[in-house]
Amino acid sequence: MCVTCGCGQPGHDHDHDHAHPHDHDHDHGHSHDHDHDHGHSHDHGAMGAVHDATISDARIVQIEQDILSVNNRYAEANRRFLANRGVFAVNLVSSPGSGKTTLLCRTISDLKGRFPVSVIEGDQETEFDAERIRQTGAKATQLNTGKGCHLDAHMVGHALEELDPAEGGVLFVENVGNLICPSAFDLGEAHKIVVLSVTEGEDKPLKYPDMFFQADLMILNKIDLLPYLNFDVDKCVEFAQRVNPDIQVIKVSATSGEGMQAWYDWISRRRDATVSAWERAKRLHA
Amino acid sequence: MSLCEGVLRILEEQADLQNYSRVRRVTLEIGMLSTAVPESIEMCFGAVTRGTLADGAALEIVRTPGEAWCKKCAASVPVKERYTPCPRCGGFDLELRAGDGLRIKELEVD
Repeated sequence: MCVTCGCGQPGHDHDHDHAHPHDHDHDHGHSHDHDHDHGHSHDHGAMGAVHDATISDARIVQIEQDILSVNNRYAEANRRFLANRGVFAVNLVSSPGSGKTTLLCRTISDLKGRFPVSVIEGDQETEFDAERIRQTGAKATQLNTGKGCHLDAHMVGHALEELDPAEGGVLFVENVGNLICPSAFDLGEAHKIVVLSVTEGEDKPLKYPDMFFQADLMILNKIDLLPYLNFDVDKCVEFAQRVNPDIQVIKVSATSGEGMQAWYDWISRRRDATVSAWERAKRLHA
Repeated sequence: MSLCEGVLRILEEQADLQNYSRVRRVTLEIGMLSTAVPESIEMCFGAVTRGTLADGAALEIVRTPGEAWCKKCAASVPVKERYTPCPRCGGFDLELRAGDGLRIKELEVD
């Protein structure tokens, strides 16, 4: 039973024979029967006998609610969970094939001696990426979204329980390869990081502006291939800054290792700050 | 699709709080710069709400224009896309103030 939301994961073989608020997705990559007997009774009391569809007792309700508010509540719970453990979390987003997993594998191999690293892998199907990550020695949980095109905060909440990330470490969430939908879903991370490879077009920041707007850092990957391509790095950075004037940029090649130190410094500084804040909070509550 | 499911979840949550059992009309506010595509929302809404308290409910979508604060001009300016420059000075140092929202504004219920 899920402690955050009571959704009954894993197993998912429960019947919904009670009024269930249904504030979560059931996208868990496996099929399951899902009886859905909502208790929406339509009791019109004594008036029931004379109730006529043409005489409507309709009223207007102003609710002014963000459609993503349910996701955002889960994201806040994830953020608290991470803060209580002093874990610095980033959400890596990109199109498929930008080299996120290769970047992560190298990052973990180079950083795992400094602090604990754990990974939540999101893909539509397969355990392949989590398996690749585990070979580096890091803890990894795979989330399969099935028909879903993005991770949401509820799924990540479950993955966090399973993963049990070590205190004072870094958590990488590798989102589903998609530059559109993941931009809208806060997972509870400290930063969204967009990975763009130079084998893609330099105009991607303009084509998919929402993602570049939401990201705090753009990692330009595969720069070892620049001599063979017509990719204008300056133009790409300029496009990204049009959409998001505050976006930071780090150029790397996860294969050759070029530029990786700047990326490690970026993570380490923020992870150290997260851990200091966590230790201060612990002393205050001690 | 998951945005429509998000709408439905809010409708179900609010049913107890606001004491209604059927939703007749839903008014959504979708900013011009929001990630959501109104056409897809319209398409998914019927499918997602079938057999629920909002079965057959009318969907009304209100688009809100984009508005940003230009730091250079120190003024509020209209924007069409995230990457379009300030219409006054041509600069990109803009802070989006409105038009990226995705909200349920109003319901007609009984």
